[in-house]
Amino acid sequence: MRTVRHVFWRVAALAILAAGAYAAFVRFTSGIGAATNLSDRYPWGLWIGFDILCGVGLAAGGFAITTAVYILHMEHLRPVVRPTVLTAFLGYVLVVVALLFDLGRPWNIWRATVWWNPHSVMFEVAWCVMLYTTVLALEFSPVVFERLRWHTALKVVRAAVAPLVGLGFLLSTLHQSSLGSLYLILPTKLHPLWYSPVLPVLFWISAVGTGLAMVIFESGLSARAFGRELEFGLLRGISKVMALFLGMFLLVRFLDLGMRGSLGYAFVFSGAGSYEAWMFWLEAGTTATAVLLVLSSRIRGNPQGLFATSVLALCGFLLNRLNVSTTGLDRSSGVRYFPSWMEAAVTMSIVVIGVIAFRFAATHLPVFHTAGKHDNKEMETPAVSAYAEP
Amino acid sequence: MRAILFDVTKCAGCGSCMAACREKNGLPETSAEDLAAQQFTVVKTAAGKGGSELNYRRMCMHCVDPTCASVCPVGALHKTANGPVVYDPEICLGCRYCLQACPFGVPRYEWTSLAPRVRKCSFCADRLAEGKINACAEACPTGATLAGEREELLAEARSRLKAEPGKYVQRIYGEHDAGGTSVLYISPVDFSAIGLPENLPGEPLPLLTQAALSKIPAVVAAGGFLLAGLWWLTERKAEVVKAEGADR
Repeated sequence: MRTVRHVFWRVAALAILAAGAYAAFVRFTSGIGAATNLSDRYPWGLWIGFDILCGVGLAAGGFAITTAVYILHMEHLRPVVRPTVLTAFLGYVLVVVALLFDLGRPWNIWRATVWWNPHSVMFEVAWCVMLYTTVLALEFSPVVFERLRWHTALKVVRAAVAPLVGLGFLLSTLHQSSLGSLYLILPTKLHPLWYSPVLPVLFWISAVGTGLAMVIFESGLSARAFGRELEFGLLRGISKVMALFLGMFLLVRFLDLGMRGSLGYAFVFSGAGSYEAWMFWLEAGTTATAVLLVLSSRIRGNPQGLFATSVLALCGFLLNRLNVSTTGLDRSSGVRYFPSWMEAAVTMSIVVIGVIAFRFAATHLPVFHTAGKHDNKEMETPAVSAYAEP
Repeated sequence: MRAILFDVTKCAGCGSCMAACREKNGLPETSAEDLAAQQFTVVKTAAGKGGSELNYRRMCMHCVDPTCASVCPVGALHKTANGPVVYDPEICLGCRYCLQACPFGVPRYEWTSLAPRVRKCSFCADRLAEGKINACAEACPTGATLAGEREELLAEARSRLKAEPGKYVQRIYGEHDAGGTSVLYISPVDFSAIGLPENLPGEPLPLLTQAALSKIPAVVAAGGFLLAGLWWLTERKAEVVKAEGADR
């Protein structure tokens, strides 16, 4: 049974990568128009909506967990740091890879470092992503140094970890929120159920909630794939904080819609505008269900239940970001955009590459445990720390 | 600042402006019925008053505070002092934020090119620099497209609206829309009927992002202090717990 499943996933991954390779060939030999369903009226599609907007959010666990451990001294979360920082680092690298597909002139990507337009949100995002990817590489570097037994390098990075994490928090706060700010300039194009002056705040809150959902999701996957998972009590604690952020997201979302008088758009259940209303409720309902499931101690107390909850939280997040980037723009553009199979193949290939890279790193590097004898002590302390959850 | 005044009532739909634009920019004739990567201006028809038909042109509006230029991460688009909003493909990344952000839906993209450019009217920036007027305005046989200084054209438009109030909607499109544009319209029918959005704010759209971006220094300062404070507090708390544990 196990080998059947194993073979199935291998074949599926290979099929996706083959389709992705063909799509990449078309993209880089015949242009973006040949590979995608994008047009002058619909210039941003799946590659921006999913690969960038969702990708960066899914990687937000990196700054949330490192801040909790190194700034707030929540020592009991220390075992979560490495897998989360690895996810974040791979996530950001893959976001840049996706960007190379989407940019029309990818060879000019470096120009934002020299040609500055500080009035552009995109400029700010570019700089933050560039710097934060470097921060993540440094945050993950101890894992590699341990494996290579580079003790001096280890010491240097360890000494700088708190300021580095602080910098990572600030950079993340700026660009996670700015992904929402990208849409502030579309007041007449983005549907009122998604356009809001508080988009940057909503994007930041949902990123933290989603980053935490990813920690739970990944631990579940790792347990299945190679029997390595995080302690269940730890995940349960994280799920409560996740629910707190998702609840906050829903609260701000509904308060904002109510205060701007846009809540009415959510109750148009037939005719023009009903598509947006249904998509809104699908999004809000999925996130709300995830919050309610965490509140139920029966579900929170069971590994499968917790895993399912994280999946729901992730779905709610993806729906929200895709609604902002596609659903909300359909009406004004006059185009009902749906990605081409080649766009989907590239996006899915990027996800598959991320999973393979994570698996490779987790197999060959001390991600879920410490390798060197020198570090065993450091890892044992947290378990008896005063901050450990009962 | 240079501008163009387009008077819908005077347009005969002859297409001379399109031909002049093609010639000036070295563009081929196309079958496109709208703006296109190879067509920077277009003459269209709409229903006029009392079942009549009227003609109107579309082109880049050359905003006073252009949204496209404000969103471009590298400044590949910019507003020149004398009016034109121009584009430099050499530094463009191809992110297409300009296409996404333009409130008038003007910029077009070379979707099947491997070195795609954003394509739109340049307001004949090079001709203006030589002291000439826009090629389309020079070619217009009826005076529907009029080139001049923006203030003078606004005054001209106002006097036309006043002289024949029954003929025109009493408003100059582009005087304030999205903070004002360098292409101005006067029309006998609602502007939405000739494809111009009527729901744009009177302030430039870049102010909306400015409101968010201007908070960055405060967020960084407050965030920095907060993090340092929390780090110190929790560090202290851990020390106290440790010390108490040792006492016992």
